[in-house]
Amino acid sequence: MISVKHLTRTFDEFIAVDDLSFEIAPGDIVGFLGPNGAGKSTTMKMLTGFLPPTSGEVKIDNLSIDQNAKLLQKKIGYLPEGSPVYGDMTVYQFLHFIADVRGLKGAEKRARLSDVIKQLELQSVLNRAVENLSKGFKRRVGLAQAIIHDPQILILDEPTDGLDPNQKHHVRELIRKLSQEKLVIISTHILEEVTSVCNRVIIISKGQLRFDGTPTALQQKSRYFHAVSLTLSYAADISGLAEIEGVADMEIDRITGRVTLFPEPDTYILGRITDYIHHRKLPVDSLYVEQGRVDEVFRRITNGAAA
Amino acid sequence: MRNSWLVARREFSSFFASPVAYVFIAIFLMLSGIFTFFVGNFYDRGQADLLPFFNFHPWLYLFLVPAIGMRSWAEERRSGTIELLMTLPITITEAVIGKFLAAWGVLALSLALTFPLWITVNYLGAPDNGIIVAAYIGSWLMAGAFLAISMCMSAITKNQVVAFILAIVICFLFVVCGSGIVLEAFQPWAGNLVIDTIASFSFLTHFDAMAKGVLALNDVGYFVILTGLWLYGCQIIIEQKKAD
Repeated sequence: MISVKHLTRTFDEFIAVDDLSFEIAPGDIVGFLGPNGAGKSTTMKMLTGFLPPTSGEVKIDNLSIDQNAKLLQKKIGYLPEGSPVYGDMTVYQFLHFIADVRGLKGAEKRARLSDVIKQLELQSVLNRAVENLSKGFKRRVGLAQAIIHDPQILILDEPTDGLDPNQKHHVRELIRKLSQEKLVIISTHILEEVTSVCNRVIIISKGQLRFDGTPTALQQKSRYFHAVSLTLSYAADISGLAEIEGVADMEIDRITGRVTLFPEPDTYILGRITDYIHHRKLPVDSLYVEQGRVDEVFRRITNGAAA
Repeated sequence: MRNSWLVARREFSSFFASPVAYVFIAIFLMLSGIFTFFVGNFYDRGQADLLPFFNFHPWLYLFLVPAIGMRSWAEERRSGTIELLMTLPITITEAVIGKFLAAWGVLALSLALTFPLWITVNYLGAPDNGIIVAAYIGSWLMAGAFLAISMCMSAITKNQVVAFILAIVICFLFVVCGSGIVLEAFQPWAGNLVIDTIASFSFLTHFDAMAKGVLALNDVGYFVILTGLWLYGCQIIIEQKKAD
């Protein structure tokens, strides 16, 4: 259980994190979103006790991280931004070092080591120096380091940055698998990551909280949520579509010819539209209901006023 | 303390994973040989002791110890691993001590590898081996003080070169404040008390007796306390500036 109250951090005149408050419970997989420079990494550094806040406080399991940093850090697995690792060590030495520091011993240590090595598919690079590894492998070594002690709290700063699509998928699967009964915070700016992995989204911009809710709630904020898009095989009179009851607005993409119909709030317009198409025998090629465009909401929330 | 030991072991092997330790030891051995035989006139003195060897140690350490200490924190900061290290359940004190012990261990190894000199004097004559052992211990203690200063300077910056230069400047001040040139500059106008105080801060003053094999409590205490103070300073700097 992490509770953050009025967390603020300034660097000289610059306010990196501005009065942030939220609570995260076990079982939450939080996608921590924001544009570059929004204060994501700064917040994570304060959550892990690396950076002291200017004001406000971070409590984990009702203990303040300021006074109990070393105790609480035992419960946390952390992948810092850019996945820093000791370059001159081999993967094997590095993971051993972390396991030792985490207090793992004997059979348990061996079991955990072989487990994370298998989970992150590091067998082929065990005896290579970390600095000579590709970006993807480095990231995986960083992840292995974070989960080696099976922590209750997992804080990952851009875990999939620099990975190829297959590895990204793999890491997401891994996070999903690990996240049962755990508390996970993932910062990212890849939006599909959030909808595929997380059950909660926190968006910050300029250090301030802009959104806190489920991915579905985020999609619902999109004007595309439950909008209906269709394409025609040849030009036809579609002006009547905009007149259908419940349709608030119609947009036509000049290049692709796609027509999008936006519903009025809380109305389903699909049925009426299909009726209309049937009735008029419009030459419709494809027709689908939009799920809400998260990128559009993200842009609106982070650029404009608070949502 | 288990954590200090883990950090020390990691740091020690990292010295040997890169050429740092090998280059350092090779140069240390070469220079100490040159100083002893060519500058110190080891043979011409006709005495079976290692005084010409130990006498040059402050000057040797002045350049070599900052070279071994400069990367300790600067590199950690530059590569971002400081964030990893500080979010592991290791306290800053444990990390500072661990890093210090590792580098001090490399210095101990370098000193130990000068054993051919010791064999040489024993072959040529009958030196007092107790004196030599005491001088070795004294030299190692002094190396610790140089190292603590270097590591503290390394904690200030991301840049190893800056750390190196700062460390040399401060070490130089500690070395020369007891030399004749500096003290003579104070002679005409400052009182004896001032001059004695300045001289008492000098590595040279304190190492002088040690090189001759006298491990007096005040000299040993001086180096131990100085090492402790600079390491404490290092810890405070990291505490304040770890995220910069």
